[in-house]
Amino acid sequence: MAALAVTAFLALGLMISLAVSIGEISIPVSTTAKAVANRLFGAGFELSRIHQGIVWDYRLSRALVAASAGASLALCGTVLQALLRNPLAEPYVLGISAGASSGAVCVMILGFGYGILTLSGGAFIGAVVAFLLVGVLAAGAGATSERIILCGVAGSQLFNALTSYIVTTSANAEQARGVLFWLLGSLSGVRWPDVWLSVPIALVGLFVCLAHVRALDAFAFGTDAAAALGIAVRRVQIVLFATTAAMTAGVVSMVGSIGFVGLVIPHAARFIVGPSHARLLPAAALGGAIFMVAADIISRIIIPQQILPIGVVTALFGAPAFAVILYRARRSA
Amino acid sequence: MSITVDTVSYTAGNTLIVNGVSLSVEKGRVLGLLGPNGSGKSSLLRLICRLRKVQSGVITLGENDVASISRAELARRVAFVEQQSNTDTQLTVLDVVKLGRTPHRGLWANWTADDEFAVEEALLRVDMLERAEQFWQTLSGGERQRVHIARALAQTPSELLLDEPTNHLDIQHQLEILSLVSKLGITSIVALHDLNLAAMFCDSLAVLQKGEVVAAGTPEDVLTEDLIGRVFGVRAHIQKSPVHGRCNIQYLMR
Repeated sequence: MAALAVTAFLALGLMISLAVSIGEISIPVSTTAKAVANRLFGAGFELSRIHQGIVWDYRLSRALVAASAGASLALCGTVLQALLRNPLAEPYVLGISAGASSGAVCVMILGFGYGILTLSGGAFIGAVVAFLLVGVLAAGAGATSERIILCGVAGSQLFNALTSYIVTTSANAEQARGVLFWLLGSLSGVRWPDVWLSVPIALVGLFVCLAHVRALDAFAFGTDAAAALGIAVRRVQIVLFATTAAMTAGVVSMVGSIGFVGLVIPHAARFIVGPSHARLLPAAALGGAIFMVAADIISRIIIPQQILPIGVVTALFGAPAFAVILYRARRSA
Repeated sequence: MSITVDTVSYTAGNTLIVNGVSLSVEKGRVLGLLGPNGSGKSSLLRLICRLRKVQSGVITLGENDVASISRAELARRVAFVEQQSNTDTQLTVLDVVKLGRTPHRGLWANWTADDEFAVEEALLRVDMLERAEQFWQTLSGGERQRVHIARALAQTPSELLLDEPTNHLDIQHQLEILSLVSKLGITSIVALHDLNLAAMFCDSLAVLQKGEVVAAGTPEDVLTEDLIGRVFGVRAHIQKSPVHGRCNIQYLMR
């Protein structure tokens, strides 16, 4: 298990160095290392300012945001699947991302809170509103796990419809294109300030989830079984739902709706390290980070001169990978 | 510890499920809870381990009011085996039984020798030690029930509540499980459907009907032809078994 953890960390490091080196302007890994050393330790290697800038200001920040966003989404999926006892649960099922999209569109096209509210701010508010709405709906409907998921699906549909309505009635062609790109997830425009937000989100989220590993394990046989094992079910649910909602809202407000990571990675991680959350949570976080950085690399190189929305890549590669996992899991069970 | 239920009532929605129930079990004894489907057996068990909130009346374990004990402390004392509970998670038998140690473990605490001992002992008692690595999904209904009981025993409880634990078991395992429970020396309340098994293994019985206790006492006092006719709506002939000396019920055809 220790060897596996080391391998995963090495893989993440390697993936991030690759992400920094690969691109329209290809930069040798040694140059990347020098540029990072210059900034971190003032090593004073002779580098062109362009290389220094590309490595530090563009690609490294982008790779770190990708890694932390992937980790956050995978954590959210893992926790929601355990809490709701449903293998399909993930942040998007609760309508959070759809709400974020609507919030962003309100700011971008309708100009809500113009000047004060940024696109990300609008997305964050939208995500929180969606989560609260789904929460109220679910509480009214009886709050069983199936109902919560149904309410999430209903919420998603509502907010997606709202987004489409605003885009088709109010946006010009250029805005519509911008919205579409953003709805599918995009890491372009990500800089260091985003790193200082997304990395802490992932780390704090991981810590809060790790503090509930026993509870998450105990949910395997349902809420009554967990309560009979001494878990304060209501409190744990509130804390973890709020944590996942905040993590998702943070991620979506920075990089848009990136699907499939929250759904696929927890299953893949469970397949590798088993169902115990003490191992599963770190594994999912690392797996999500590696997957997302890899997806970002692919989104930048698969079509020359063009960057695909990262959500397209995660879904294109995630869906077949998911099918393989399901198939192999069935054979080995 | 003894369990005492004093005029406890519980309403769900507008339906009165448990209506002024009083009963008690002495320390180390086994109480059989009988009654037709929907008579409130499950709800009463859930009230005792506080999975449902008592709306009026008091439940005490030994000296302590259940409502005043923290949830974790309660779980270290009272173990509950649900009637049917299942999971989609790929857990092994060992994983499930280990869950029983949850209330005993601090958040960052390592797995201790005590934990290991409790789990092994529990697996041994339900005869599942050799199959500890087997996956939950590959077990039969009866085997799953035995694993649940092992999980409950791993909690090292002083009170044990079982909701129809013999439901899915073949006759051999029904007898084994009830014989096991009767010899544990843990104060237990067992909801049962089989009146003969209840008479064989329980120290005392309580019969629920529509949320009320209609009879309580020793099996000989409680299980009468009249009561079985009134509560269960069947005709029965009762005699003392020449084999084990407990009462034996034979049902008559209509």
